[in-house]
Amino acid sequence: MDCNIQEVDAIIEQWGAKPDSLLQIMLDINHRYHYLPKESVKRVAERLEMPLNQLFSVATFFKVFSLVPRGRTIVHICTGTACHVKGAPKLLDRFEKDLKLRPGETTADLALTLETVNCVGACSAAPVVLVDGVTHTEMSANKISKLAKELKAQEG
Amino acid sequence: MMRLSTIQDLELLRREILKRREHIKKRVRICDGPGCHSGGGEKLIQLFREQFEERGLDGSYEIAPTGCHGFCARGPVVVLEPANIFYEKVKPDQVATIVERSVVGDELVEELLYTDPETGEKIVHERDIPFYVHQERIVIGETGRNLITEIDDYLSRGGYSALAKVLTGMQPEQVIEEVKVSGLRGRGGGGFPTGVKWESCRRARGDIKYVMCNADEGDPGAFMDRALLEGNPHQVIEGMIIGAYAIGAREGYLYVRYEYPAAVKNAQRAINQATEYGLMGDHILGTDFSLKLIINRGAGAFICGESTALMASLEGKIGEPRGKHIHTVDKGLWNRPSNLNNVESWANVPLIINQGGKWFADIGTERSKGTKIFSVVGKLNNTGLVEVAMGTPLKKIIYDIGGGLPGGKRFKAVQTGGPSGGCIPESMIDLAVDYEKLKGAGSMMGSGGMIVLDEDNCMVDVARYFLNFLVEESCGKCIPCRVGVKRMHEMVTAMCEGRAQPGDIERLEALCNGIKETALCGLGKSSPNPVLSTLRYFRDEYEAHVNDKRCPAKVCKKLITYSIDTDKCTGCGVCRLRCPEDAVIGEKKECHCIDEEICVRCGICYEGCKFGAIVIE
Repeated sequence: MDCNIQEVDAIIEQWGAKPDSLLQIMLDINHRYHYLPKESVKRVAERLEMPLNQLFSVATFFKVFSLVPRGRTIVHICTGTACHVKGAPKLLDRFEKDLKLRPGETTADLALTLETVNCVGACSAAPVVLVDGVTHTEMSANKISKLAKELKAQEG
Repeated sequence: MMRLSTIQDLELLRREILKRREHIKKRVRICDGPGCHSGGGEKLIQLFREQFEERGLDGSYEIAPTGCHGFCARGPVVVLEPANIFYEKVKPDQVATIVERSVVGDELVEELLYTDPETGEKIVHERDIPFYVHQERIVIGETGRNLITEIDDYLSRGGYSALAKVLTGMQPEQVIEEVKVSGLRGRGGGGFPTGVKWESCRRARGDIKYVMCNADEGDPGAFMDRALLEGNPHQVIEGMIIGAYAIGAREGYLYVRYEYPAAVKNAQRAINQATEYGLMGDHILGTDFSLKLIINRGAGAFICGESTALMASLEGKIGEPRGKHIHTVDKGLWNRPSNLNNVESWANVPLIINQGGKWFADIGTERSKGTKIFSVVGKLNNTGLVEVAMGTPLKKIIYDIGGGLPGGKRFKAVQTGGPSGGCIPESMIDLAVDYEKLKGAGSMMGSGGMIVLDEDNCMVDVARYFLNFLVEESCGKCIPCRVGVKRMHEMVTAMCEGRAQPGDIERLEALCNGIKETALCGLGKSSPNPVLSTLRYFRDEYEAHVNDKRCPAKVCKKLITYSIDTDKCTGCGVCRLRCPEDAVIGEKKECHCIDEEICVRCGICYEGCKFGAIVIE
């Protein structure tokens, strides 16, 4: 997805071009493009009159941000405590093996990104997996294997 | 929406709302809380709407998508008012039946009622179900009754009456005194007396002061703050407005986790509605008091739940904490006096104002007052959100309310307090849960997560899990945490992988004590807790890993093997067909076996075998 400077400017306007809006602006850009395109980070630094290295430190400190493009579909495997004790590591292992993807990685065709998340607050339905924000509950090794197959088929 | 210009206007509006609602005969409460939503609650709401439209049901009936009912294990939950008939595990194809028989008609849909596992009897009413009987749901109870999107619904149940009471005749000092009398302590983990904090902030010098709400619920396994803010945002906001009045703040922030988009949305809607009614903004209810509230989202950093890191993040910086010698109440956000409380703490405030600090102080134990909401999850039958008086025995929470463990498994421990907490073993099941008792047991209250572990959970693996979490989440500012936690993680990982040497346990303990004494912030200081508490109660498991290279709970992959019990195997072939690695060999109707070299111990065969023939050793 190409970065559109007008869009970035609109996001900046919404929050105000001031340093304390930085995190909120970056979150919206990250949400819009699934990552932080280089030009957008430069633009924000310019408009907020902040050194680029400060933006870089924020972008690398917080887990949500990505400086490299991510996939069209993003799978989050929850590794919260409830999910962990109910078998999240097995889900992660299986998914990694089936799709040959490690957490934080994206397929070469930008179809799919695998990430872990530290808890989504759906602990009573553990273990859970999110596909583009939609929660799949009470997962098992068998169920995630099936999910991996579906995701593969979807992208052809 | 009309703007209320006096306190009397609020009461008039309330009467008008109640009058408007007089003709509602039946109300269908559909749970859209964190558990039910992911289990299909959203779909049910839509289907109920379609059914109502099809049948032309008029204003005498109301569909109310509500916040969390607590009983997530039985979700999606639907409750019919006024009789409070409780329907569990409702499926989309049962909606029409419910509308036909219980909404239009007055019958019960038997198959959707809760069955008491002990007596086998069907229970009709929500209040009679054992899960609810043993609770005191004074703070979270409203969430399950609250029509999330409507401020009028909150007002109809007495909402913002505490604010009206405060603005009618209470001086800020009186409000603080009431909170002090209540004995309310911070529900986010610290347990600091809320009234004392407010008082210090009120007394701090400065024209501009801030109130803040910590909704960066980072403890994995806890979701009470999500449920409160998502399901009943006005209760939290009302608490914040009262707090701002007491402290003398005119601006405030809610810092909400990025992972909780619905909480952000619902809280923002609530702020807009309250502002339109004049319950927030300039000249609240026509008085001289004004307040503006702003929502900021976090970006996935656990450390931002720490007060000073949270403020740094609000200022647009990275979330690094600072030393505790500078107090937030004196120099907080932008170096101005600031007061930060957790979501649940704020939600307690309207209750304390309405019913009095004395009433609140009568609940709980000597030093821990009121109730606490726990997220009781893990290996338990009745997972969900539980609210009990402080001092309730652990046993009551896990067995009477939680319904015990599924599959007849033996209770091993309960993990409380998140990554800074610890594990409480079976021998301490009678522990009366409050701040002091949990601390004495080597754990802590934290934000209230309770993760139940059974005999199939390895305690060394649990410690490794938390250390892995902390390695990722350490902000890196101080060396004891940045380097020390990493070394701890390496040592425990070596134990889980059978590479540990004799003496490693003692070395690990020494490292724990070093970090505890030297780390900069609370997160760092408490980072050895997961290790220390498991070592304290489950040292034998550590010894088995180190000395015998054996995982007693059969969890640590490098220390176990999968094989097939020749007596039990029927040769059905399910494991062979399902094994993604082709590690299972065998002819149909003949006993199968597993090639240990190829097997990756993923557990697919174990899950799928109907005959229990897969053995883990």
